[in-house]
Amino acid sequence: MRRDPAGATLMATLAVAAVLVPILNQLVPASSPLHVSTYVLTLVGKYLCYAMLALAVDLIWGYCGILSLGHAAFFSLGGYAMGMYLMRQIGRRGVYGDPILPDFMVFLNWHRLPWFWHGFNYFPFAMAMVVFVPALLAFVFGWLAFRSRVTGVYLSIMTQALSYALMLAFFRNDMGFGGNNGFTDFKDLLGFDLHEDSTRVVLFVATAIALAAAYAACRGIAASRAGRVIRAIRDSESRTRFLGYRVESYKLWLFVFSAVLAGVAGALYVPQVGIINPSEFAPINSIEIVIWVAVGGRGTLVGAAAGAVLVNYAKTFFTGALPEVWLYALGAIFILVTLFLPRGLMGLLPRSSEAR
Amino acid sequence: MIDTPPDELLRGTILDLKDLTVSFDGFKALNGLSLQVDKGELRCIIGPNGAGKTTMMDVVTGKTRPDHGSAFFGVINLLDLSEPEIAQAGIGRKFQKPTVFERLTVFENLELSLWGDKRFLTSLFARLTKAQRDHIRDVLEVIGLAADHGTIAGSLSHGQKQWLEIGMLLMQEPDVLLVDEPVAGMTPQETERTAQLLLSLMAEHTVIVVEHDMDFVRSIARRVTVLHEGRVLAEGDMDQVQADPRVVEVYLGE
Repeated sequence: MRRDPAGATLMATLAVAAVLVPILNQLVPASSPLHVSTYVLTLVGKYLCYAMLALAVDLIWGYCGILSLGHAAFFSLGGYAMGMYLMRQIGRRGVYGDPILPDFMVFLNWHRLPWFWHGFNYFPFAMAMVVFVPALLAFVFGWLAFRSRVTGVYLSIMTQALSYALMLAFFRNDMGFGGNNGFTDFKDLLGFDLHEDSTRVVLFVATAIALAAAYAACRGIAASRAGRVIRAIRDSESRTRFLGYRVESYKLWLFVFSAVLAGVAGALYVPQVGIINPSEFAPINSIEIVIWVAVGGRGTLVGAAAGAVLVNYAKTFFTGALPEVWLYALGAIFILVTLFLPRGLMGLLPRSSEAR
Repeated sequence: MIDTPPDELLRGTILDLKDLTVSFDGFKALNGLSLQVDKGELRCIIGPNGAGKTTMMDVVTGKTRPDHGSAFFGVINLLDLSEPEIAQAGIGRKFQKPTVFERLTVFENLELSLWGDKRFLTSLFARLTKAQRDHIRDVLEVIGLAADHGTIAGSLSHGQKQWLEIGMLLMQEPDVLLVDEPVAGMTPQETERTAQLLLSLMAEHTVIVVEHDMDFVRSIARRVTVLHEGRVLAEGDMDQVQADPRVVEVYLGE
């Protein structure tokens, strides 16, 4: 973490949280004011998943100028892949007690498992799909879009449409993903009961580690020569091409990597919140991610992660206290940051600690 | 079209253009232009607007295809190559408007211009070798930005950006450098510094400069070619050219 004080701070915070929060949850008695409830632990775990999603968006938007308004789609696909594994783990414990078919399939009078559900009872296969499905979608979409040199607002609109189309598709019962109810009522993960505090603690720690690894990977890319080429593309795409770099291939690699990060974040999110349904694909979700990044500071990585946690903390607070105000508050935050903090909250720190 | 390299090569000609004709909708931008440039020469090309200076550069860099004529770079037939292939073969072009990467440092701008494998995975794990680092350092010295290597390019002056852009070209180690109006918009000090820079590139590189600024041309040129209406009107040293009655007529008659 040489010459990256903000990154070092993030890593240290994650390390402390990964050690301290489980201790305060498991070892400190509930009567103590220092006790962290499992509710709070899970809530913070959820924020960390969002922080990872924000890193994914900041990497392509902040560093390469690709404004994706569809990253919720990659997040949801990762989540659905995890959800499929969790559904297969329920087995006979479902309402209808079918050993193979999840409840919603029995309810729809299906007699056989659809082909794309096979293999999801194996954890390694499901984890491979968490990576592979978002990567494949990002690859096909990016290959077509970047090769045709679709950029700027047109690309943003296309990503938004992609996510919206997936939402409509997943709402349909005959897609085989549980329709508008999605997946819920999960029982266990790798044999560990998801309702146990200890399982939740492990998921929390796993999320903190995944976020730290994601940050290290993003920082590594940004600090490499490839990272400088990516920033060059953001600033002058044609000039970069003129120097002999294949701009579309750089964009494609980065976009696919970003989609994988989003997918992994989604996979960690689902067992913690206990549900995944098509509304996760909603356009507003993708737009919210962009707002987290803008609030924290675009092109800073650490700022994106911090922005995700802060905005979501505000969201938890508002939706609890004044639910009808939240969307206005979100809009107000976005406008205020754009007007007064164009470089986000990270812009308040000395210049050296942020990326250019 | 002639597809064998002409004899002049043996006498040290690096760029050989013969009888080039380019027309756009009936207008002849080049009209039988023939021009030879020797290895290691610093050649200035002048001429009124529409004389064909830019079109000539476009033909040499592969941007425009001539209707007629031949263009050889050493033994290489330029008319067989695409734009990137010509750049790779060793002809670098500096455009009028400087386009450096404003948010990267001077050093990083040069690093990205390095010769070599430019694929994503290669550059993801690329480390500068000592030779590459030395090469960047040498170019920094040549363009006079050694002290500014860590400066963000966007905060350089107009003149410094032009030098950085020349440096980016030099990173590719071209044999021939085409430089389009290098001193447009520069202060007198910057102009003088640019003249020194271009003179220092001579010998190791062949430099072709297109310029309007006559004082500048006088300060650097060994040999001047005057273009008019798509062909060579006169060629020689500055005094000869300025004394030529046809040149006087073209320039004063405008």
